[in-house]
Amino acid sequence: MKIVVCVKQVPDTKGGVKFKPDGTLDRGAMLAIMNPDDKAGLEAALKIKNENPGTEVTVVTMGLPKADDVLREALAMGADKAILVTDRVLGGADTWATSQTLAGAIRNLDYDLVITGRQAIDGDTAQVGPQISERLDLPLISYAEDIKIDGDYVIVKRQFEDRYHMLKVKMPCLITALAELGEGMYMTPGGIFDAYSDSADVTVWGRADLKDVSDDNLGLKGSPTQIAKASDRVAKGAGEKVTPDSPKEAVDYIVGKLAEKHVI
Amino acid sequence: MDFQLSKEHAMARSLFKDFAEKEVKPRAIEVDETEEFPRDTVEKMAKYGFLGIPVPKEYGGQGCDPLTYAMCVEELSKVCGTTGVIVSAHTSLCCDPIMTFGTEEQKQKWLVPLAKGEKLGAFGLTEPGAGTDAQGMQTKAVLDGDEWVLNGSKCFITNGKEADIYVIFAVSGKVEKRGKMMKEISAYVVEKGTPGFTFGTKENKMGIRGSSTYELIFQDCRIPKDNLLGQQGKGFNIAMHTLDGGRIGIAAQALGIAEGALDRTIEYVKERKQFGRAIGQFQNTQFQLADMATKTKAAQLLVYQAAMKKGEYQKDPKISYSVEAAMAKLCAAEVAMEVTTKAVQYHGGYGYIREYEIERMMRDAKITEIYEGTSEVQRMVISSALLK
Repeated sequence: MKIVVCVKQVPDTKGGVKFKPDGTLDRGAMLAIMNPDDKAGLEAALKIKNENPGTEVTVVTMGLPKADDVLREALAMGADKAILVTDRVLGGADTWATSQTLAGAIRNLDYDLVITGRQAIDGDTAQVGPQISERLDLPLISYAEDIKIDGDYVIVKRQFEDRYHMLKVKMPCLITALAELGEGMYMTPGGIFDAYSDSADVTVWGRADLKDVSDDNLGLKGSPTQIAKASDRVAKGAGEKVTPDSPKEAVDYIVGKLAEKHVI
Repeated sequence: MDFQLSKEHAMARSLFKDFAEKEVKPRAIEVDETEEFPRDTVEKMAKYGFLGIPVPKEYGGQGCDPLTYAMCVEELSKVCGTTGVIVSAHTSLCCDPIMTFGTEEQKQKWLVPLAKGEKLGAFGLTEPGAGTDAQGMQTKAVLDGDEWVLNGSKCFITNGKEADIYVIFAVSGKVEKRGKMMKEISAYVVEKGTPGFTFGTKENKMGIRGSSTYELIFQDCRIPKDNLLGQQGKGFNIAMHTLDGGRIGIAAQALGIAEGALDRTIEYVKERKQFGRAIGQFQNTQFQLADMATKTKAAQLLVYQAAMKKGEYQKDPKISYSVEAAMAKLCAAEVAMEVTTKAVQYHGGYGYIREYEIERMMRDAKITEIYEGTSEVQRMVISSALLK
């Protein structure tokens, strides 16, 4: 079977968030990682590959040329092929234009299953996966925390607020993965060197390679979302520090404060 | 000359760091405290190819260069010296001699499972009366028909009871050299479970406490004739070659320990307040930290240089990396001891408490000045090359 996994390079918030003067994220100044939910989706695909010999896993990303790094990481983890969709006209895309772009790329591929992460840690919209399924006219299973293959079907455990659903869906379909789906898989050292070797299967596509997509739906021009303003989170005050002499004094102080604020 | 890591090396380093932080660090205190060999970590490392990094792919390895391997030991040792030496002893001391001196059949039989991490390796050279001085060796190997019969014992063997495949050195005869009768030493591969091969005392060590250090005992241990590694009588050369590579592994371990202690000290002096300010704001602390960081960086450059020289040797066996390996180990081991000792000092009373891990790093660092050639032996290797 053939699985397409969409991955996104996102800023690593552990290294600190940096902004440009206009308030947008300064991606160039931040460390970048593979979005955790996408990585979980990739792990699920690789697990299916291990259990079903002959399975081919292709990773697709849209991004700047430096997004090549996450594709190499995916190859080093065991993906077979990687496609980087990059073009100046695709820049500034919101979720609408991003899903148009990724769908336009995936239309060129054979697939039984498309897996995306639930959401990216930079935008947190959780829209791109479901939108791709709409554009490709695929059944959507969101919030997957377990995936099993059963012949032409997938059996997915879908997380719900207070329960989970077990869904059996005929392929082809699209699944959005939760971070819980991953088990913390690593690259291999040899895989890293292979991923950067000449034999690594990395293809770069531009606008011209996208299938059945209109220019009106791409890039900043094709993005209905407009950011009015972006700002850093307002820092909280330093808080109040007290050093009571005994536990009783501490409790009295806390209870007094809670009463003062009408909490109790 | 380029001091920038390639993209591949940078990504490999981030892999090792990520693995060490998530899989190794959380267990480091427990491994030290209980002296329990971290079998589950070793199995996980095997799964991701960490036990065959510099072994060619055709033999089940990862096909990477010695620098990648050194970075793996370095990153593991930053958080756990025990885990670092497990990988180092397995790779440098067991995989490497079989890879270098083994026949095709021997490589298929032993190197492939070692590199895949299905089997763990160890190396037995040291004896109660013979450490650095190999001529003091007492373990004997006598050819009896189609078998070698081993008798004797080896001590301080890393991965001792946990390994499956052992490269063992023994006296196989006597030869005349410059008018003197000298012991002829040969190398052999012995598998765990061979009748006559048992384990003696488990050493209760100061540091690297989870690494399973045992005495190996051979009593009429019969191994097939084909288990001779390399030519008969070439054992000393095999041992010296192996230790040259092993020193890069131990140098990387020492480097990692120094880096780990330095990282923690930097964090600590920013937080610890005395006399109303962080101790990192005192000039003495700043100067000491600067010295620790500079020496650690110097050690890193020497270790990486030695690893790269070994990489060159693999392409052109005429190139020697003995001196570079000795310098790397000498420097990194002494830096590790100095940096960890100072790190304990800067942690004050907390540095002496096990929970803070700094004292463990100091205990782990000490062995790097001793095993796989003491610092004195490294000085002998370096000076003999200078005065040749």
